[in-house]
Order: sequence, then C-alpha cells, then structure tokens
Amino acid sequence: MKRFLGFVKKEFFHIFRDYRTMIVLFGLPVIQVLIFGYAINTDLKDAHVAILDNSKDQMTRQITQKIVSSGYFMLGENLNSTADIEKSFRSGKIKEVIIFKENFARDYLKDGKAKIQLIADASDPNNANLIVNYTLAIINNYQMSLMKEFKIPFQITPEVRMRYNPELKSVFMFVPGIITILLMLVCAMMTSISIAREKEMGTMEILLVSPLKPLQILAGKVIPYVLLSFVNAITIILMGKWVFGMPVTGSYLLLLGVSILFIITALSLGIFISTVANNQMTAMFISLVGLFLPTILLSGFIFPIENMPVPLQILSYIVPAKWFIIVIKSIMLKGLGVTYIWKELCVLFGMAVFFILISMRKFKIRLE
Amino acid sequence: MRTILFILRKEFLQIKRNKAMLPIIFIMPFIQLIILVHAATFEMKHIRLHVIDKDMSSVSRELISKFSGSPFYDITSYSFSDKEGEEDLRSNKADIVLVIPEHFEKKLRKENSCEVQLIINSINAASAGLINAYTSSILLDYNVNLVAKWSVMNSSVQASTIETTYSYWYNPELNYKNYMVPGILVLLVTIIGMVLSSLNVVREKEIGTIEQINITPIRKYQFIIGKLVPFWIIAMFELAFGLTIGKLLFGIPIIGNVALLFLFASVYLLVILSIGLLISTLNNTQQQAMFITWFFMMIFIMMSGLFTPVESMPEWAQKINIINPVAYFIKTMRMVLLKGSGFGDISGLFASICTYAVIMISFATWRYRKVS
Repeated sequence: MKRFLGFVKKEFFHIFRDYRTMIVLFGLPVIQVLIFGYAINTDLKDAHVAILDNSKDQMTRQITQKIVSSGYFMLGENLNSTADIEKSFRSGKIKEVIIFKENFARDYLKDGKAKIQLIADASDPNNANLIVNYTLAIINNYQMSLMKEFKIPFQITPEVRMRYNPELKSVFMFVPGIITILLMLVCAMMTSISIAREKEMGTMEILLVSPLKPLQILAGKVIPYVLLSFVNAITIILMGKWVFGMPVTGSYLLLLGVSILFIITALSLGIFISTVANNQMTAMFISLVGLFLPTILLSGFIFPIENMPVPLQILSYIVPAKWFIIVIKSIMLKGLGVTYIWKELCVLFGMAVFFILISMRKFKIRLE
Repeated sequence: MRTILFILRKEFLQIKRNKAMLPIIFIMPFIQLIILVHAATFEMKHIRLHVIDKDMSSVSRELISKFSGSPFYDITSYSFSDKEGEEDLRSNKADIVLVIPEHFEKKLRKENSCEVQLIINSINAASAGLINAYTSSILLDYNVNLVAKWSVMNSSVQASTIETTYSYWYNPELNYKNYMVPGILVLLVTIIGMVLSSLNVVREKEIGTIEQINITPIRKYQFIIGKLVPFWIIAMFELAFGLTIGKLLFGIPIIGNVALLFLFASVYLLVILSIGLLISTLNNTQQQAMFITWFFMMIFIMMSGLFTPVESMPEWAQKINIINPVAYFIKTMRMVLLKGSGFGDISGLFASICTYAVIMISFATWRYRKVS
C-alpha cells in the first residue's frame, strides 16, 4: 500500500510540475464552456433576406415590415429583378428571397387571392427549413390579423405546454453536451497520453521492474486524473448553473456521483487506448480522431438519436457519452432519482469494468 | 533544393515506418465519414406519441387516426390519465403527449371550439419546436376537413387568402448529407493536418533528435518547408479521396469548379499546418502541444458553422470567427460545391485566407530557433 501511495504521489508531482499542462487542464475547459455556452445554438436569428417587391404597395410594405422587425430576419438587400436572385444567393450573404407578385394588394382585395413566393438557400437544409417555416408563420399571422372579423366555426385549438424547458432555451441542450464532450475527451486524452508517454520515454521499463503490480500501475496513473477531472466537472456544472441558468432540479449528490462514474469510464477508455498505442502521437490520434466525432454525433449532443437510421442507433449504444447525456439531463432538468436512471448507470459501469479488464489483459509486463 | 528533398525523404520515411499511424491517418477518417454522415440529421421521423383520449368519440378517434397514419409519428401507448402520460415523458418513453379532453366532440359542436392539450418534452428546444410545428399542422389539417364536413350550410362567406408557395434552391429535397459531407471532410482534414504538424517538432525536441537537425547546415526556411510539405500532401490527398467518396457514395453535387476548391484548400492547409508548427515550436512536451492543439481545434470546429449555423451566434462570437480558418474553408467548400459560386464570389474569403497563411508561416518560421 505504501508503495502504491508513493507511486500516486509521483503521478501528482508529474502533473503539478508541468504548470502549462495544469493551466490547460483547468483553464481551457472553463473558457470552452463559456464560449460554447454563449455561441453554440440553433436558434434562428438575424437571417438575411432579400425582398423582390414587384408590387410596392401598402400591403407588401406591411408584410416586409413584419418580417424584418420580427428579430428572426434582417433585410439584406432589395432586389429589382428575378435575374438578381441567383447572384445574391451565390454571394453567400442571403438566405432567403421573398417575392411579391405584381399588383399584390389589388389582387388580394379584388380576387381574394394574392401570391408570395419564398425561395430559400437550402445548401443548409435545416436552416432553410426553419427559415421558411418562420416566414410562413409571420405571413399567416399577418393574414389572421386581416381577417379578424371572420369567425371560424368548430375550431380545435392546441394548448401547448413545453415541459422541462418552457422557454425553449437551446442552452439546456448544449450545456449537458459540452460537459460530456469535455470530460470524455480530456479524460481519455490525459490518461492515454500519460501512459504512452512513459512508454515513449522509456520510463515504463522502470515501472515494470518495480514490485508494483500492473493493476497498481494502472490505478496509480488514473487516480490523480479522477480527482482533476472531478474538479473540472464541478466547475463546469456550477458554471452551467450560475452563468447559463441551467437548473439542477435533482440531487447534487447524485449528479456528482454519476459524474465520477462517467469520469472513471472515460479514464478506463483512455487506459485501453494506451495499451494499443505505443507513442503519444498514436494515442492522441486514437483519442482525438477516434472519439471526437462519435462523441459529438452519436451521443445526442446536437442531433437527436431517434432521428438516425437504425444501424446508427444501435451503434450509439457503445458510445459512453450517449448514456451520460441521458443521465445528466434526467437529473438536472427532470429532477429524476436513481430509480429512473439505474439502467444507464449500469451500462456506464459495465463499460468501465470491460475496458479495465481488457487493458489488464493487454498490459504487457515485458518489453518486446 | 537538394537539402529540402532530403528532409522530405526523412519525414516520409518516418511516417511510413510508424505502422500504427498509417491506418489511423488513412482509414479511420473515411470510415467515420461514411458512417457518421448519416447521424447528422435534424429530420424528425419517429416522434413518439402518447395518446390520452378521454372522449372516446368518433371525432377523437378520427383525429388519432391522423397521427397513426402519419409517417412522422409512432403512437407508443394509449392511456386515460394525465399521470401516465407525464410518467412516459419523464422516463423518456414519449416525446409528446396528446390529451383529448372529455366531451371533446360535444363541446366542439355546441361551443364551436375546444382545446386539446399537447405536452412536449422540450429539453431539446429545436426538436420541440419542430414537433410542435408538425403536430399543429396535422391538427390544422384535420380541423379544415372537419369544418368542411360539418359546415355545409354557411359556406357563403369566403375569406381572402394570401397564397404562399416556397421552394428550396440548391437542395430541393433538403438532403442533409449534401450539407454535412463537405463539412465533415473539412473537419477530418483539419484534425489530421493540425495534429500531425503540431506534434512533429515538439516530438523531435522531446526525443532529442532536434539537436541533430540543429547542428546541420539546414536553413530555417528549408526546415519549415520540409516539415510542412509532407503533411500538406497527405491532407490534400485525403481531401481528394474524401470528395471522391462523397461523390460516388453519397452523390453530393459538385456544381462549382473543383480546381478552385483545391486552390483554396492548398492555401487553407498552409494556415492549418503552420498553426500546428507554431504550437509545436512554442511547447516543450508533446503533452502540452496536444492540449493546446486540442483547445484551439475544438473552438475552431465548434464555431465554424459545421454543426450549428454561424448566423445564430452572437455578434462577438462571429467576430472571433475572423481568426477561425475552419469557418472560412467550410463556407467556401459549401458555396463552391453546392451553389457553384465562382472565384468572384469567394474572392473576399480567398484574400483573407491568403493573408492569414502569410502571417502564420512567417510567424512559425520566426519562432523556430536553431538553438535549444
């Protein structure tokens, strides 16, 4: 035991003496959470639209006014002819063109029908979809205000309640995701690199000839990082609460507990990577190239897993981040207790055990 | 010139001999491209609906059949109490609960209007908005039919309507892959280029071989060129290969001029690689270099507009993007590939990236010291 403690102490010295890495480990996640928390969202805001008004009457001006003043859109430019549409899209500044047909107001009042055409730049399909739907809603609204006097019979009115996130803030989606991806990458990278480093520098040999058992070496490597990552996790959760107004409706104790579990899972994945990689560069590539995209894309961080094709949904089961995101959303936003999330916790725990067992088997106590 | 060739040969040999790295550089990115592109979609296909029908009338049943007939909804369960619906939302078995109140039909006929309740799990604000829009449009559709059926008598008054038609240019079927393939490709090329270059010099420092290079008559610029070119070739190759996969496998449109794209890419890669080299010369251990690289890369990628639109970011964040090379490249890539933008359209972006390249290369060269 004393030997083991000595080893852990050595690891701590390693980390604390390299002050640059220390700054990186504690400072950078904080900066990233700040930047991402404010900057990353999918809300529609100030999309530039171009207006091609062939009618230029009272009504078209009112509609344009409504659209531009909605906060979702901004008037990019006024076009004069259909020929300009292509050009303004190509310049990349305009997301939508709104075309009013000639004699708009006259048609509306006389024939009871007036035409608007919307053209969206669908090279970003999701955004185009949003933009068109928002524009339609604004035009519909305008129309409703015109025909208030008509009473529509037999009306089914939906009463919508947004549960858990009534103001539809996208922060609620992104803060848990950012916590997850930061913990995952930092933990996996740190451990895999620190073990690969010993191999590359040749100091692994010294550890191997020492009376420490493989399990002790691995545990000693991981323990300091569990503590470091735990501090990181707490910082990020508190920042989510104080800076971004993420509520923690569930129990803090449970939240911290599951964070530790996830940290251990991520660290054991890091150990596993280090048994495969012989030098730091390989370790870095596996943990970065191999984990970055799957953690972002298959975890439900940005894209909902339910929308994916079935094979990918199945593949997402092996992504630890997916389970952790479910768990922290349940605790922070829904206020659920262990009874609701024990399955996810079991999966995370199982993954950690799996990685540790494999790494122990693959851990070579001899040099080639 | 001969000196540079020797350095190049050394670098390529080193890359070739590192057996573990080759598959990671050349195979893993493409597997990811092929698999993960399918994951990036906001399109809702299986909205899980929990129905609470307290009316059990023909009207309420008809309304529910509209949902069961829609390809967007899976009705996961029926119940009669609000509690069960809430429970399903909480345990993540349903995305939306539809509550049809008692005496729904009666009220609708007598009082001319009746409310139905939609309870939506809105943790993901974007999908909650979409679910709401889909559901409301189904309700509205049904409502219009109902009105037409029931009110045969008073159809004398016809309201004027504004008829809005819409079309999606450049991607009429709203195929999300067209959008994501170019973006993910940029990301993979960037990660590989930046990590390779940022770990390179610092690795020589850590192992001690930098001393051997320092005592040779190799000039600074020769050294930098020798370090940049191999990674540049690898990254350009990956880009070309990735584009071919995108074209053949996903059928992404290549409307614009590919040569223009590669011209831009070649300058872009110089920026990325010299940022990597700069990080490499500034740090003493690979570990430090790695975390710094990781930090910048995360910020560059997350803010580049790859996953979330740049326009949704606040003003200051868009300003930060001025120094974000990835944002420039992703924008250009999408403009040229999907919209066929020509040199005139991207000249501004091109000028910026060229300036950026000049600054970064001179900075990296200046920072590299031949003394330790």
